[in-house]
Amino acid sequence: MKQTNREGPVVPGLSEDISTKKESRSSMSTSGDVQLLQRSRFDWGRVVLNVLLPTAGVLVALLIGAVLLLLLKADPIAAYAAMVRGAVGSTFGLTQTLVKATPLLLVGLGICIAFRANVINIGGEGQIIAGAIAATWFPLTFSTAPGWLLIPSTMFVGFMAGAVWGFVPGILKARLNVNEILSTIMMNAIALQLMNLLLQGPLMDPAAVKAGTFLAQSAQLPHQVWLARLVPRTLLHSGAIVALVLAFAVYLFLWRTTIGYQIRAVGLNPDASRYSGINVPTAQALSLTLAGGFAGLAGVVEVIGVQHRLLEGLTSGYGFTGIVAALLGSLHPLGLIPASILFGGLLVGADTMQRAVQVPSALITAILGLVVLFVSGAALWSRKWAARRMIAEQRDGQASL
Amino acid sequence: MKGKGVFRLVGLAIAVAALAIACGGSKPAATAAQKPAASAAAVKQIKIAVVMPSATTDAAFSQSMWSALNAVQAEMGGPSAMEIKYSENMYNVPDAAAAIRDYASQGFDIVIAHGSQYGSSVQEIAKDFPKVTFAWGTDVNTFGLPNVYAYTAAAEQGGYVNGVLAAKLTKTRKIGVTGPVEVGDAKTYIDGFVQGVKATDSSISVSKTWTGSFSDVALMAAAAKTQIANGADVLTGSSQSVVGSIGAAKDKGNVLWFGTQSDQASLAPSLVVASQVYDWTAMLKDIIAKHEAGTLGGITYTLTLANGGLKIAYNPGYSLAADVKAAGDAAIKGITDGSIKVQP
Amino acid sequence: MKDVFSLNVITGIFNTMMGLAAPFLYAALGETFAQTSGVVNLGVDGIMLLSAYAAFYFTLITGNLWLGVLTAAIVGLLMGLLMSFVSVTLKAEQGVSGIGLYMFGLGMSSLLFKVTIGTVKTVVGFQSVKIPILGDIPFLGPVLFDNSIPVYGAFLLVPVAWWVLEKTTLGLKIKAVGQNPAAADSVGISVNGIRYLSVCLGAILAGLAGASLSISQLNLFQDNLTAGQGFIAVALVYFGGWSPIGVLAGSLLFSVVNSFQLWMQVLGVKISPSVAVMLPYLLTIAALTVTVNRVRQPAALNKPFERGEN
Repeated sequence: MKQTNREGPVVPGLSEDISTKKESRSSMSTSGDVQLLQRSRFDWGRVVLNVLLPTAGVLVALLIGAVLLLLLKADPIAAYAAMVRGAVGSTFGLTQTLVKATPLLLVGLGICIAFRANVINIGGEGQIIAGAIAATWFPLTFSTAPGWLLIPSTMFVGFMAGAVWGFVPGILKARLNVNEILSTIMMNAIALQLMNLLLQGPLMDPAAVKAGTFLAQSAQLPHQVWLARLVPRTLLHSGAIVALVLAFAVYLFLWRTTIGYQIRAVGLNPDASRYSGINVPTAQALSLTLAGGFAGLAGVVEVIGVQHRLLEGLTSGYGFTGIVAALLGSLHPLGLIPASILFGGLLVGADTMQRAVQVPSALITAILGLVVLFVSGAALWSRKWAARRMIAEQRDGQASL
Repeated sequence: MKGKGVFRLVGLAIAVAALAIACGGSKPAATAAQKPAASAAAVKQIKIAVVMPSATTDAAFSQSMWSALNAVQAEMGGPSAMEIKYSENMYNVPDAAAAIRDYASQGFDIVIAHGSQYGSSVQEIAKDFPKVTFAWGTDVNTFGLPNVYAYTAAAEQGGYVNGVLAAKLTKTRKIGVTGPVEVGDAKTYIDGFVQGVKATDSSISVSKTWTGSFSDVALMAAAAKTQIANGADVLTGSSQSVVGSIGAAKDKGNVLWFGTQSDQASLAPSLVVASQVYDWTAMLKDIIAKHEAGTLGGITYTLTLANGGLKIAYNPGYSLAADVKAAGDAAIKGITDGSIKVQP
Repeated sequence: MKDVFSLNVITGIFNTMMGLAAPFLYAALGETFAQTSGVVNLGVDGIMLLSAYAAFYFTLITGNLWLGVLTAAIVGLLMGLLMSFVSVTLKAEQGVSGIGLYMFGLGMSSLLFKVTIGTVKTVVGFQSVKIPILGDIPFLGPVLFDNSIPVYGAFLLVPVAWWVLEKTTLGLKIKAVGQNPAAADSVGISVNGIRYLSVCLGAILAGLAGASLSISQLNLFQDNLTAGQGFIAVALVYFGGWSPIGVLAGSLLFSVVNSFQLWMQVLGVKISPSVAVMLPYLLTIAALTVTVNRVRQPAALNKPFERGEN
């Protein structure tokens, strides 16, 4: 009996289960996959569960966090109240949530695409850096170009830089069977050193050199490439809108184009995909390349939307937290929108909480880790539900034949 | 069956959370109501907030400001005279910006943005809070704003002095430098150090290694061990990961260490000769005084040997030969009176 | 350039390599067990951090190094149980749960450090123990036979791990569970039980890796002491093709290049430090591109097990 998902984390390995190997020869299972790929009818129960369960996971983690807070002689109620206040209780807080959600969404979109092809992309950090470097070098070099030209071209260049950083592990996997977890971890470190190299020398702000401070940051980017601020006196920039639009674009890509279909097929059933003529390694390499591109774009918007220059530490771990956001969004581009906002709010609220009760920031990291642990564990019930529905539908389908 | 259990759990959790928020909402108002009465009765309490890019326990940059703040607070009479709130590990700049803005809007008198990457944030936020003093470092730019102070440390000065001492103490005539990334005050300190060594004896060889990270302690320790294996008997370096180098020196047993940013004598009581200490206390007291007097910003502070912001803390646990100390003191005097010029 | 390759320098390079390789060996060999049974544990770095703190703290307050080692192993076991529960029983997406475990370990270790110790302190850790006679052989002596007990342990672990995986029933079961869990299940092997065992074993070894850092190599604890070494260790498992010998090769390659680049910097070779630091990572990738990668990963890697239907 197959257990496969449309919208949840992929559990494709069960196709190698002996009992299903017999059945995979039967046409029903393959047509089941085909049905999965083609069906676009919404399963509302699934959606509700995908929202409730991660929320439950978050709450359980926060309860444990409350115990830790008590042990640190902090008031958990005041702490969590501050957390909610910080994330959504003020205009500034709300915009901060969206500012954090933007790179989470962009990285998460890339993770989504990769995960759908059953490729895990933990190279986000390096890909963000690649995009950020490109998004710094390009406007500084073409500093006289007008904004309407410079902004989209910078985004393009940054996307391509990230894509290259995803392409390298992708092609290594496709051609030479180099595992992508290994190559992306290495590429992360290489990208970091590359950024150090540039910031120590060619990209270092000439003003910092002249003043003798030698700070590890680039010159400020020309004003015309700065992304417009959507709300005055906040950091919310138009990159958020770009990310939102791209989420829909990725949805259309995955569900309405042939290539997207192939990527999803490869993730659901690599063997069947191969038999039907899809080049599995190419699809996986492509998904990794795209994932890199989106992460690179996250680097771009951080540079031209938030920081207005390149400086160390700008990845802020988004390469990893983007993976968490993708899971919270059930690996669906549209689900990623609320998921990244929720997770962004959690991150913003956590900082406010730290300020309010003055606990060490390490406690926040620990609580967030528990959140990730419990949320990832909560996905089980979502999959069981999906499987039960799958079986029920197949039974109904059989009955109606 | 399992599904039902989950929903019950979720419902309970939501109820608890809702209760928490409902109760929590009233608390801050209560505390706010109490505060003004208390401070009106006593001397006006000064409220200072600090945002830092690393931990308060980093034995380096952040810790130097943290201990200075606590020292000033103790001198002023404790928390009733000066309230300190902090946010650490703010390496994400937008998060730091949110923290800076939050503290400013909470009515803090002085907000210290202790990280050079916070510059553009300070520039934006300071305009919105004209009555709040913002102190920003390490940099020299106050953005022309009347409520921004900038501060930096002329780390190359202490580096020079350490270099002079190191040159006099090395027996193998090989000195090792273990640095993180060649930027900021790591660069300026080490450049000053090398100048000090060369000015004392240009035939001594100084070799530098850079680990490419401010936090990789293991690699820093390996770098120090490599220097030692190459014959270096005096080491120095910068950043919080330099505790690894000190450990390596301790392992070998007879390798001397020169520190910077904070007094590192406690880490190797018999091997640390001297440390350049960033003493922000005088600057902090000056900023507080100026703020009370109505000058909210506009000055750049530079810690130097001359103004006492930089101190060379000789380790009492290490018995320093008199002539070596004399050379060190002479270097300090030379930099102070301007006869020795050290390039950052 | 002749300076670069004197015997002294080469001995030094390999000597440094040994110390650098030890934590990778413990952690990567442990992860090999976990992955061979089908579970990816990306939280190794978090386990190393929390165990490093525990080992350091208990050594600091009791003065007993072996007690430190024991606590590190216990902490590793507890973290392993947590990871197993979330990833095997709750069948979480392993890449994500691993990251959660990492964040938890990172946060807790820093928090506990701040609250219980507060400032950087040092302990007297495991010292180098020179083996008589063997330790006097030129080059091989100082490199192989003059190390601390944890380093000796790390290298001795390689043949032990190989023997367990290749020559014992347990090893057979672990491999079966990772290659074809349904078949293993049908002959009565408890798939989840073996996975729990492997993940916990891996976590205990990751705990020992942490201890080898805080009470042997560095003799201190500080925030984020590992600086990502746990992730490198996970990568090395892939490099080594899930074989202890391969993992040894990978750990040595990575460590020797790291050691080499430090020596180049010390000797004043004109190379940008950033490029030098990149070398171990570049060469690891390069090594994989030139060796033939016929080893396929455990077929059930990263795939939670469900018996038959729901």
